[in-house]
Amino acid sequence: MYVAVKGGEKAIDNAHALLAEERRGAEEVPELSLAQITQQLALAVERVMTEGSVHDRELAALALKQAQGDAVEAIFLLRAYRTTLPRFGASQPIDTGAMTIRRRISSAFKDLPGGQVLGPTYDYTHRLLDFALAAEGAARPEVKAAETGLEPSPRVTDVLRHQGLIEESGPGADIPGDLTRQPLNFPAGRDLRLQNLARADEGFVLALAYSSQRGYGNTHPFAGEIRMGEVAVELVPEELGFAIDIGTITVTECQMINQFKGSKTVPPQFTRGYGLTFGQCERKAMAMALVDRSLRAEELGETVTAPAQDQEFVLYHSDNVEASGFVQHLKLPHYVDFQSELEMIRRLRRENAEAVP
Amino acid sequence: MSTGYNFAYLDEQTKRMLRRALLKAVAIPGYQVPFGSREMPLPYGWGTGGIQVTAAVIGADDILKVIDQGADDTTNAVSIRRFFARTAGVATTEKTREATVIQTRHRIPETPLSEGQIMVYQVPIPEPLRWLEPRETETRKMHALADYGAMHVKLYEDIARYGHIATTYDYPVLVNDRYLMRPSPIPKFDNPKMDNSPALQLFGAGREKRIYAVPPYTSVKSLDFEDHPFEIQRWDQACALCGATESFLDEVVTDDAGGRMYVCSDSDYCGERRDEVEQ
Repeated sequence: MYVAVKGGEKAIDNAHALLAEERRGAEEVPELSLAQITQQLALAVERVMTEGSVHDRELAALALKQAQGDAVEAIFLLRAYRTTLPRFGASQPIDTGAMTIRRRISSAFKDLPGGQVLGPTYDYTHRLLDFALAAEGAARPEVKAAETGLEPSPRVTDVLRHQGLIEESGPGADIPGDLTRQPLNFPAGRDLRLQNLARADEGFVLALAYSSQRGYGNTHPFAGEIRMGEVAVELVPEELGFAIDIGTITVTECQMINQFKGSKTVPPQFTRGYGLTFGQCERKAMAMALVDRSLRAEELGETVTAPAQDQEFVLYHSDNVEASGFVQHLKLPHYVDFQSELEMIRRLRRENAEAVP
Repeated sequence: MSTGYNFAYLDEQTKRMLRRALLKAVAIPGYQVPFGSREMPLPYGWGTGGIQVTAAVIGADDILKVIDQGADDTTNAVSIRRFFARTAGVATTEKTREATVIQTRHRIPETPLSEGQIMVYQVPIPEPLRWLEPRETETRKMHALADYGAMHVKLYEDIARYGHIATTYDYPVLVNDRYLMRPSPIPKFDNPKMDNSPALQLFGAGREKRIYAVPPYTSVKSLDFEDHPFEIQRWDQACALCGATESFLDEVVTDDAGGRMYVCSDSDYCGERRDEVEQ
């Protein structure tokens, strides 16, 4: 006998209780602390901060813990927290030229002022599972690194700029747009495009960047420079009228140098693609720089043919909180629409059967 | 009621922004107004647009009803009703007649609406031309020029291929003889209820950042052709619980041998009819 679908309320409560139990796992295993997560899962924390648009290691760690390590769910949690925060000001642009360098590489020049600094990177590790890590309590490795960050390290793009070989980066918007406050309109300015890409899903940006390298809108890139380290964040409080230092954050910046053949009015010169993330999200920063350049196709007089060059395609589909919600909303009930389709398909089949002699 | 959050969750500045968008939407029936949609603590696709609209219009004295698929006890309706009970402390009801604000996903109640009531629709894709033209820059132009030929061609192609207009839900309507509008994924069965409704109808699409509206007593016409007039779904059966023959019926599979029964999708309407019989 049919029993009307009741008890949604009870089911939700039970589902939440089950979730809490699963999250905690076996009682005999010690619970994770936020400090363990910020210290030992730092790259996950930094991805959540970058795509969650909040620089707060503790909150990102909490989000990761609450989401059982699911990055997209953690990003969603952080975003939903961010949306209620009051906006009390905008910082001055950070000066990445004055960064305390921990990593700095250029694939365009063999050597340059400030030198190449490898820093902490997986680049030259052999990806062999380290079973010593499985046995906890390994000795702390001794770092024998040269002192870094003492010599000034001018940005590679500035070196090129002095010789007019690369385009000027152009004046920024006086007040940069904020797509979390205003709806996106097209064509979108570069400020909004970069904001969108900084918040964008790493996997999506990575795949788009990859597609641009495989011929879907090639931009002929060189990794002019990738730098990671600490920069000061400054704010000008209205009542003071001068900048004060409100803290230090770690960022990764990528400047791609791309071909441009020039036009009737502009001599041939290199063009820029820019990527910036919190922490050490280097893969994301590089992919972002490639896609930023691809999205400048129209501005630089290139024909828009590939997905990575298409503003509406990229900006409307890059956000994993939006995408995850809309894809997964298909699991909500659709009884009514499905019933409507059933009724139509039965009618069409009936008519079809009648038409056949 | 939880503390630490403003009444109905959103801050007053955000509500003001939403109300401005709503006023514009009411002033231009059927026109999609872009708004600064906020990231909500519920996922996109779960009704973030509807929730923001409800948060912007609800007051302490309002009585809220939330339905999903016509029913008050589906999990998402329960979750949204709890959200407002928790953040606004408003009274909630399952009775269509008692409610002052009704937030809905996929249905319009069977009980006729009255003056002073507000219907809030959750909208997944607000643009009626989206599946014909994926670009927003193009569809905005088409609306500006009232260039809706593509939609008529699509409906005509349905007739040529199937003998019928094959769209069964989210069936396109022309509002106030001007703007083409998506009524949200309600079955076309519900479309006639929108026409000249005494209630104010508000539509919120959170992920797509659009708000639109149909003011009370505004014409809402489902697109059709003279020789293929618009028609709604009909069932050969009556509701197995209340015997209704004029309501939208959900098909419930009762066994794996082809057994099925039909019941009203509107749980309040069905319950009210059964109560009447008992008395």
